[in-house]
Amino acid sequence: MIALLLRDLKLAFRAGGGFGLGLAFFLIVTVLVPFSVGPQSSLLATIAPGVLWLGALLACLLSLDRLLALDWEDGSLDLLATAPLPLESVVTIKALAHWITTGLPLVLAAPVLGVLLNLPGPGYFWLVVSLALGTPALSVIGTFGAALTVGLKRGGLLLSLLVLPLYVPTLIFGAEVARRGATGMETATPLLMLAGITAATIALLPFASAAVLRVNLR
Amino acid sequence: MSIAAKANALWEYANPKKFLATTERMLPFFWVASAICLVVGLVWGFFFTPDDYKQGSTVKIIYLHVPSALMAINCWLMMLATSLVWLVRRHHVSALAARAAAPIGIVMTLIALVTGAIWGQPMWGTWWEWDPRLTSFLILFLFYLGYMALWEAIEDPDTAADLTSVLCLVGSVFALLSRYAVNFWNQGLHQGASVMRAAAVTGTDTEEKVSNIFFYPLLMCIVGFILLFIALVFYRTGTEIRARRIKALLARERVNA
Amino acid sequence: MTLSVTDLAITRGGVPVLEGLSFALEPGRALILRGPNGIGKTTLLRTLAGLQPPLAGRVDGAEDTIAYASHSDGLKPTLTVAENLQFWASVFGAKSIQTALDAFALNDLADRHAGNLSAGQKRRLGLSRLLVTGRPIWMLDEPTVSLDRNAVAMFADAVRGHLGQGGSALIATHIDLGLDGEVLDVGPYKAKPKPIDDFDGGFL
Repeated sequence: MIALLLRDLKLAFRAGGGFGLGLAFFLIVTVLVPFSVGPQSSLLATIAPGVLWLGALLACLLSLDRLLALDWEDGSLDLLATAPLPLESVVTIKALAHWITTGLPLVLAAPVLGVLLNLPGPGYFWLVVSLALGTPALSVIGTFGAALTVGLKRGGLLLSLLVLPLYVPTLIFGAEVARRGATGMETATPLLMLAGITAATIALLPFASAAVLRVNLR
Repeated sequence: MSIAAKANALWEYANPKKFLATTERMLPFFWVASAICLVVGLVWGFFFTPDDYKQGSTVKIIYLHVPSALMAINCWLMMLATSLVWLVRRHHVSALAARAAAPIGIVMTLIALVTGAIWGQPMWGTWWEWDPRLTSFLILFLFYLGYMALWEAIEDPDTAADLTSVLCLVGSVFALLSRYAVNFWNQGLHQGASVMRAAAVTGTDTEEKVSNIFFYPLLMCIVGFILLFIALVFYRTGTEIRARRIKALLARERVNA
Repeated sequence: MTLSVTDLAITRGGVPVLEGLSFALEPGRALILRGPNGIGKTTLLRTLAGLQPPLAGRVDGAEDTIAYASHSDGLKPTLTVAENLQFWASVFGAKSIQTALDAFALNDLADRHAGNLSAGQKRRLGLSRLLVTGRPIWMLDEPTVSLDRNAVAMFADAVRGHLGQGGSALIATHIDLGLDGEVLDVGPYKAKPKPIDDFDGGFL
């Protein structure tokens, strides 16, 4: 399992692995927001938590179609399925590798981009906390979507269509934590809900992902 | 006949031939019954009930809005049930019924959304409000869209049935989660689902009740929508079965050639 | 570990392709699969490897004993030859990749990126993976595609060595590898169309 994780990380960091693309996308989306809504700092401060959450979510989505498709194309998935590693672990490791290469950088970059959007002082802490708790769920749910569409040509668009509705609860609670944090309100309830969703998806969704991957490998 | 034998006899309808033969005999009844219910319910509702003292005649859109909203949700539940049957018992008819129901469900969702907007305009002064109930229906619409797109995208019918069934299962959980998330996110303007509450029907809940004069034609419309839904599902499942058989015959021809 | 197949029927895309197939593969033996293109040799290997369920029949002794090599080698172009091999070695719990490198003369290429290899070199790397799996039954789908004569001999030696250690091999191939194994022609097992009035009414 460690070997698979290390291999995926290596592949991501080597040339053409696509590491940093999500981060760059996040940066560009954040920069484009003031151009579209205007430069008033009070308005930007109000929408900053939501915009940053949406940007992070879209950046996560961007790299999902490579998550399993590359291993599918070169036959690695067939070989992994016959290896002594259960597919449930394979998809969990894949999701973890996706989070380390996409989610974690987004969490770390979010405060910097918060400055650009005039995020109020107390918001930084809650933004980072909510993203750190929420992005693992985005990776795990995304892996499920990737497993559903892995055999399809041009599955990328369909993948977004399938995954985005599944992202709704995470987005609502995550952005709510960041928004309440920024305005100094109490955050415990949405934070617990967000943590609950993340924990439940990590615990349960890999079984569904492995099941659909088995169907797709037939 | 014992209960077990009866239950076994029920599975006989999973045979496409028996399913087709039976539904074809039942379909005319469902078409006629749903037409009668809908015509009676709608005419009664539109022309023979008084205007609401607060909402005026706009209230009458309830005869379309409530039944379609009910069917939008029940259609998803039916798809969930048939998906489970497919995953557990591998009956093709079950998977095809789920596939056949999805477009009906999405149309019901659309009707509910559009009639809701038309009703909301005079009542709340806006076509759209990010009210939890409306938002949930919008999310349900997206789920239907994704489900149908996945069916269309996959060529092998058994693979498609497997994948869409798992999506339906996972989607149901997330749809429920979204419902609670949306409730938390914005407490809304929408009145509660008053139709099915005992207090609303018996008239003890004066605050939000749908009074009896409105209730009976509404019940008629709901029954009409249910019958229409059943008829459409039977009809469309039959079409799916035939399309599937044509595909199988073509595949067999290729193999023999 | 004996692999035994009893009355197996397999499908491709929902259509039955082979049926009534029975054979046993004893340790130390090789079985060569023959048959025209499209008869279902790849489907048979995928079914035996557990990647798809059989339509009917039994497969015994296939659980965690099969090393499967498909048409594609599962190589990552941005990893070196050694890294590619090391990855599969760790997945299968093998200690060293040296024997595998030696057997397919990959020592000189060990530090090259797999993306820079020729087709034949890639194939050799893909086949060397079999040696790090430690699995007793090899299942090979057209293993000699794009190999030169030298490399084919290397591969035949590797299979012979594997058989000598009590392993077995099931190989779908059209060329003569010089192995002393039985030949199984799957042509006669081609599935006949079923009567159209079975329970599911001619769906399959």
